[in-house]
Amino acid sequence: MAEFLQFIFSGLTVGAIYALVAIGFTLIYNASDVVNFAQGEFVMLGGMTTVFLGYAGVPLPLAAIAAVLVSTAIGLALYRFAIATAAGANAVTLIIITIGASIFLRGAAEVVFDKRFHTLPPLFGSDPIRVGGAAILPQSLIVFAGAAIIVVLLWAFIDRTLFGKAVIATSANRIAARLVGIDTRVIVAACFALSAAIGAIAGILITPITLTSYNAGTLLALKGFAAVMLGGIGSAAGAMVGGILLGLLEALAAGYLSASYKDAVALVVILCVLFVLPQGLFGKTKVERV
Amino acid sequence: MMTGNLKFAAVLGLGFAAVLAAGPASAQVKIGAVLSVSGPASFLGDPEKKTLDIYVDDINAKGGINGQKLQLVLYDDGGDANAARTFATRLVEEDKVAAVVGGTTTGTTMAMMPVFEDAQTPFISLAGAIEIIQPVRKWVFKTPHTDRMACEKIFADLKRRNLTKVALISGTDAFGHSMRDQCIAVAPAANITIAEVENYGPTDSDMTPQLTKIKAAPGIQAVINTGFGQGPAIVTRDYRQLGIEYPFYESHGVASKQYIGLAGAAADGVRLPAAALLVADKLPDNDPQKPVVVAYKNTFEAKTGQPVSTFGGHAYDGLMILAAAAKRAGSFDRAKLRDEIEQTRGYVGTAGMVNMSPTDHLGLNLSAFRMLEIKNGDWALVSDSGS
Amino acid sequence: MNVLALFDRLRSPQRHRLILLIPLAVFILLLPLLFSSAYYYRVAALVFIFAIAALGLNLLMGFAGQVSLGHAGFMGIGAYAVTIGPTHLGIPPLFSFLLGAALSAVVAFLVGRPILRLKEHYLAVATLGFGVLVAIVFTNEAGWTGGPDGMTVPGLTLMDWSIRGAGAWYWIAAISFLLGAALALNLADSPTGRALRAIHDSEIAARVLGVDVAKKKLIVFVVSAVYASIAGSYFGLINGYITPDVSGFLRSIELVAMVVLGGMGSVIGSLVGAAVLVILPQALTVFHDYEHIVLGLIVMSVMIFLRRGIVPSLAAALGERRAK
Repeated sequence: MAEFLQFIFSGLTVGAIYALVAIGFTLIYNASDVVNFAQGEFVMLGGMTTVFLGYAGVPLPLAAIAAVLVSTAIGLALYRFAIATAAGANAVTLIIITIGASIFLRGAAEVVFDKRFHTLPPLFGSDPIRVGGAAILPQSLIVFAGAAIIVVLLWAFIDRTLFGKAVIATSANRIAARLVGIDTRVIVAACFALSAAIGAIAGILITPITLTSYNAGTLLALKGFAAVMLGGIGSAAGAMVGGILLGLLEALAAGYLSASYKDAVALVVILCVLFVLPQGLFGKTKVERV
Repeated sequence: MMTGNLKFAAVLGLGFAAVLAAGPASAQVKIGAVLSVSGPASFLGDPEKKTLDIYVDDINAKGGINGQKLQLVLYDDGGDANAARTFATRLVEEDKVAAVVGGTTTGTTMAMMPVFEDAQTPFISLAGAIEIIQPVRKWVFKTPHTDRMACEKIFADLKRRNLTKVALISGTDAFGHSMRDQCIAVAPAANITIAEVENYGPTDSDMTPQLTKIKAAPGIQAVINTGFGQGPAIVTRDYRQLGIEYPFYESHGVASKQYIGLAGAAADGVRLPAAALLVADKLPDNDPQKPVVVAYKNTFEAKTGQPVSTFGGHAYDGLMILAAAAKRAGSFDRAKLRDEIEQTRGYVGTAGMVNMSPTDHLGLNLSAFRMLEIKNGDWALVSDSGS
Repeated sequence: MNVLALFDRLRSPQRHRLILLIPLAVFILLLPLLFSSAYYYRVAALVFIFAIAALGLNLLMGFAGQVSLGHAGFMGIGAYAVTIGPTHLGIPPLFSFLLGAALSAVVAFLVGRPILRLKEHYLAVATLGFGVLVAIVFTNEAGWTGGPDGMTVPGLTLMDWSIRGAGAWYWIAAISFLLGAALALNLADSPTGRALRAIHDSEIAARVLGVDVAKKKLIVFVVSAVYASIAGSYFGLINGYITPDVSGFLRSIELVAMVVLGGMGSVIGSLVGAAVLVILPQALTVFHDYEHIVLGLIVMSVMIFLRRGIVPSLAAALGERRAK
């Protein structure tokens, strides 16, 4: 029983990490139909910027805030210089642009930072909390709580504010939104900025657990994308559920089947889910107009 | 459409030619290097590059070798064996280097070896696997200890502590996997039983499921972790998180202060085989390695602001062995260079004392490894009596 | 009867094909005049090898409009087939090469049936999952594949003549690409090709018109897998060594980038895209530490300003100029 509990804790820890990355993907996709493969780099930037500002003597809380601002600025720049200028390009072209952006950001991180691994001190110490024979790190709970809070805040923002309604309108039908007077460029830019900020916060929260380095973003983007598809693209709650589920699948596979194939097991499960539910768990069925 | 296609062809061909014609200006003697400066092995490749840059400059500042200055032609393969082979071809065909120090990983080394063998260019590899020098290939040498030696050193220490039943947890990266295979192969001869084997992905962030299984397995007396990069640091922290009390051994893949920084307090009590370079200041004054490692450590740390790493040390040894061979040969003729590299005797480097021969293109023995233990966030030598 | 008259008598699609293939063949014949060492042959050979894989993927993405983020998986199958066949199973390299292509076709057939029912991003993630799965198997089954360190690929001998050296591979890869291009053009002009274009525009409309959508998509998926497998086999043979990251996620992304950069739906575009992504890392070494920054900027700029891909955008621009 203690083992099962430990596997669950491990799955929730990793799952919350994936969920945070996945939420960032969903936000941008909702507003602009772009799958932003540079999302992992925002997470990396959050962690690495905080670490290096910390080395430079800046107190960590300030460094964290600065890192989020830097990431937000880069998100806006990405939109303004790469996505907006390519307006009207088809979906695959936009994906390649975001891939080019991720190569660029990684290359810049290589030069500005360094190629080593770094960590941040956990918020509430590193003594594990023992529950029923299993141990969980306080930081894992923080990551989990962070993901939950962000999802709730995002929901409140989208559902309850005028700006949020504009986001919904833009994602439903861009042209109609423009016709009713919504400046869709501002909306999409704001979503990029918000995604970048969420990514950076995610990076700062997870670095005490996962460590960080200039190329930490690549694998996170991959897992985050898989989590988003599992949950169903377009749904923030789906992103969270998809992420947690992916983490749990990996941990249980590592514990009970084979650690070497844990990623494979998780992927097979995702594929099976998609065969049965082609829109993911919570995705909306798309109406294709001929 | 026809003219359009012809234009593409012309542009493509011209572009190709123009871009590749812009080669480096020819200088004195060219020494080649293909390292994994970026990518998953950048943790190893970056200090290697920095070391070669520092010491080639140093050699040139002191007047070069045989009256000639060295020019380092260095390419970054990003950890990709295909790219490494292309760069190896480039070094041999275009840059026409006299010798090559490089091959950060086993994969890149194995892909490049045939190119250097065919071109009869001496190649000193910086990768760990024993397959690089066994079977011995005429033009291929290497400076790092083999992973088999690391296993043997760990097993010797285990025997001294009367521990015989161990669990092995390895990263599925090439380094971790290769050392795992060697440990499994060597264990019976050392009377060690490997009772439990677990794996993790090199970029995983949580190894508690695997460690939970090890904790639940009966009769385990010690745990060995083979891997490099961030994985071992996370394994170490998870190990303490789960409260596992058995003695914990790491591999030489973590031989850098960075590991202690990342693992934090969890690293205390961990033992690992490592080169004397890590405990340079703590060596007794009569240790023949002390002057070399202290000098390298101080130079590297002063010039780069980063803690010294044994991987950089391997590059240092490779370059110095090459330089010494060139001095003895009196020229940079490739065949003479190769012969002199093979004659390296009594060279004291960061890895240990090197004595090469036609049947041994590594030249290190088990004494080149020291057993270290981490105490209070710093390295400490474990004396031969085992404390 | 002179050649031009013969040419005029050909039907329009065949004429278009020759207009494309003849300059390509001439280009392939003349390009080595620019090569001053084996290095150039090697780079060119790699360009054509990746162009074969990109061409296959282009059939899937450009003509049929289906995205695949896991095509390197098929490259891996082809590469490991020529490795495992001779080493572990005693099958001669040439036969292993053919077996690899056949195996890729079978895998594509089995995997394609369920996967191709998915759309857009879901198809993307499913193919991504497939590619990663293949890479994981290659990494873990070390007894067969040599594990993460990879393994040596035995040399190819054709009737006692050992094929080694970049020069030989240049000709093999370039001529294979030429054949592959001819086949692709043939497919594009055939009823299957027209059906694929209809599917690309709108699957529902195509189905209403009587096109067997599932079958056509599966055919092109299998064909593209075979192209990738052949490219993968060449890749393993030219390098003499293969590692599991031949099937990795980054390789798959590279292939997609080649297709999109070169121009989706354009045969020459596959070659151009492959050329850009193979030659650039060699050319950018002058930038040392800034190599990746420049690469990222180039990829982004090309996609922003030549957003239909290099070949279609440039063809459109040149066409405009001529019309003026």
